[in-house]
Amino acid sequence: MSKPIHFITKNFDKYDVSSIGSYMNIGGFDALKKAVTMDGEDIATIIAEAKVKGRGGAAYDMGRKWSQARAVIGEKKVVICNADEGEPCTFKDRELITKDPFNLIESMIIAGYTVKAQDGYIYMREEYAHLRPLLLNAIRQAKSYGFLGTNILGKGFDFNIHLYSGAGAYVCGEGTALIHSIEGKAGRPRMKPPFMKQSGLFALPTCVNNVESLSIVPHLLLDDKKEYQSYGIGESMGTKLISVGGNVITPGVFEIPFGTTVREIIYNYAGGIKEDRAIRLIQFGGASGKVANADILDIPYTYEDLQNSGVIVGSGAILVIDERTSVIDFLRATQAFFSHESCGQCVPCREGNRHIKLFLEKFAAGTATQDDINAMKKIAKIMAMSSLCGLGETAQNALVSAMKVFPESFAIGGAK
Amino acid sequence: MLTAQKQDYALTQELAAKIDLVLASHDYDQTQIVGVLLDVQDLIEQHYIPETIAYYIAEKLDVKISNIYDCITFYSSLSERPRAKYPIQICNSIVCQVNDNQSIFSTFKELLGIDINEVTYDGRFTLESVPCFGACDQAPAVRINGTIYGRLDSHEKIEKLLNKLL
Repeated sequence: MSKPIHFITKNFDKYDVSSIGSYMNIGGFDALKKAVTMDGEDIATIIAEAKVKGRGGAAYDMGRKWSQARAVIGEKKVVICNADEGEPCTFKDRELITKDPFNLIESMIIAGYTVKAQDGYIYMREEYAHLRPLLLNAIRQAKSYGFLGTNILGKGFDFNIHLYSGAGAYVCGEGTALIHSIEGKAGRPRMKPPFMKQSGLFALPTCVNNVESLSIVPHLLLDDKKEYQSYGIGESMGTKLISVGGNVITPGVFEIPFGTTVREIIYNYAGGIKEDRAIRLIQFGGASGKVANADILDIPYTYEDLQNSGVIVGSGAILVIDERTSVIDFLRATQAFFSHESCGQCVPCREGNRHIKLFLEKFAAGTATQDDINAMKKIAKIMAMSSLCGLGETAQNALVSAMKVFPESFAIGGAK
Repeated sequence: MLTAQKQDYALTQELAAKIDLVLASHDYDQTQIVGVLLDVQDLIEQHYIPETIAYYIAEKLDVKISNIYDCITFYSSLSERPRAKYPIQICNSIVCQVNDNQSIFSTFKELLGIDINEVTYDGRFTLESVPCFGACDQAPAVRINGTIYGRLDSHEKIEKLLNKLL
């Protein structure tokens, strides 16, 4: 295995996560001090030059996002850190919050400075409630050291951070559902437009970023030698946190340079498959991600190569499932998840999920017909095209990709 | 379940004082309903929001009761029916499924003599099947009152965990 890389994870285990002094001793808040001497547009440019794409799953160009957020006219603006990491098999943000909470706080302040926002909100899933004290402490200490509050570092810039908790709703990872949740309502998504950047939380211009996306920023600002840009290939520049789980020997979060092959990720980083079993399927990007078979092992992990192989980076999750689980059983589990998490507002998602479930049961029982296959494809397509939000649009990603990669599992009368 | 729901839950002065503290810690901020409800739920031994308390919070925050119930019924971490002192949340995501979480389900069911969503006669335990809570590196895992217990891959480990709670 090549030498482990620590760029985003540079601070892991290097300081006492309950102490701001300890964080400052390893260069903490140096990036913020540098940022406030810069023009916000230049900060966005640094991010754009490093080609950072949103790490929550949508992979939107982050430098562009900040530049756009900055350009929006508004007396008050908001930045949100989306820590509602709910995709099954995704736990990289948990590691970032656990091992480097101050860096997240610092990056939010930089985000606030860049886009000219006064308030930052961290929306963290309830399942990570045990990390709340860590973040609350970090916010409190940052405030008492003058990194939060009014006239930060004497630059006349005011910024505060508020920590909000989710309550077990996967759909709240979707931007508009998330803001409803912070507003004290049920987290149901709404139609767009208006887009978040113009009218988001409390109808203010809002810039939402994933934990990992934010966490890169302080490191990039201090990266004078352009170390980050030396990693990766083409448009997939730099490094990425991935979370590998399933039937691997050492599941966990790893920082890899883009371009590492899937084989190296699974067999070196994650220790290979338990009892050396054969791989049935690999799902990339969480439950809303797509699946591949073992043919993908020698493909480099980059945005472009994965896309050309029919899968996506998504949330950075890599779920490896061995030969003991059938494709249909895997899909039924994924299906059950989406049926449970659909908010029920729009018909395509609410009803579509139910129908797909019935079809999959038929496949499991070996009683599916060609008509069922046709209807299933049609419903999956309708869901992708006409659901209200990303949940319904992506719920059948696994199914549609599996139908392409594993046609034998959908053979009429075939129960496997 | 309906009968349990309709039973009046005594809002003692002591509990009201604790709820007031929760509300104060959230600055009586109407946007923090979800956070308030989560904190209050932890004050109730059976980890749910009794009706009397839902009304109390609505009044104190000056929001409509329908707003409170919209949240309680929407979010799966909030419950309007009594759960247990120790709600045992078994992860039923695909990651835990391929790591044989079925034996966790069957072992707990056998040891406690209850099915999913049932409560033991003494109100101490209930079994819940929940989606991924982000402990995939410790699969198969359960979560009890916010603490994660991972790699429960043997009957002995599960029994040991249960004994610890007894």
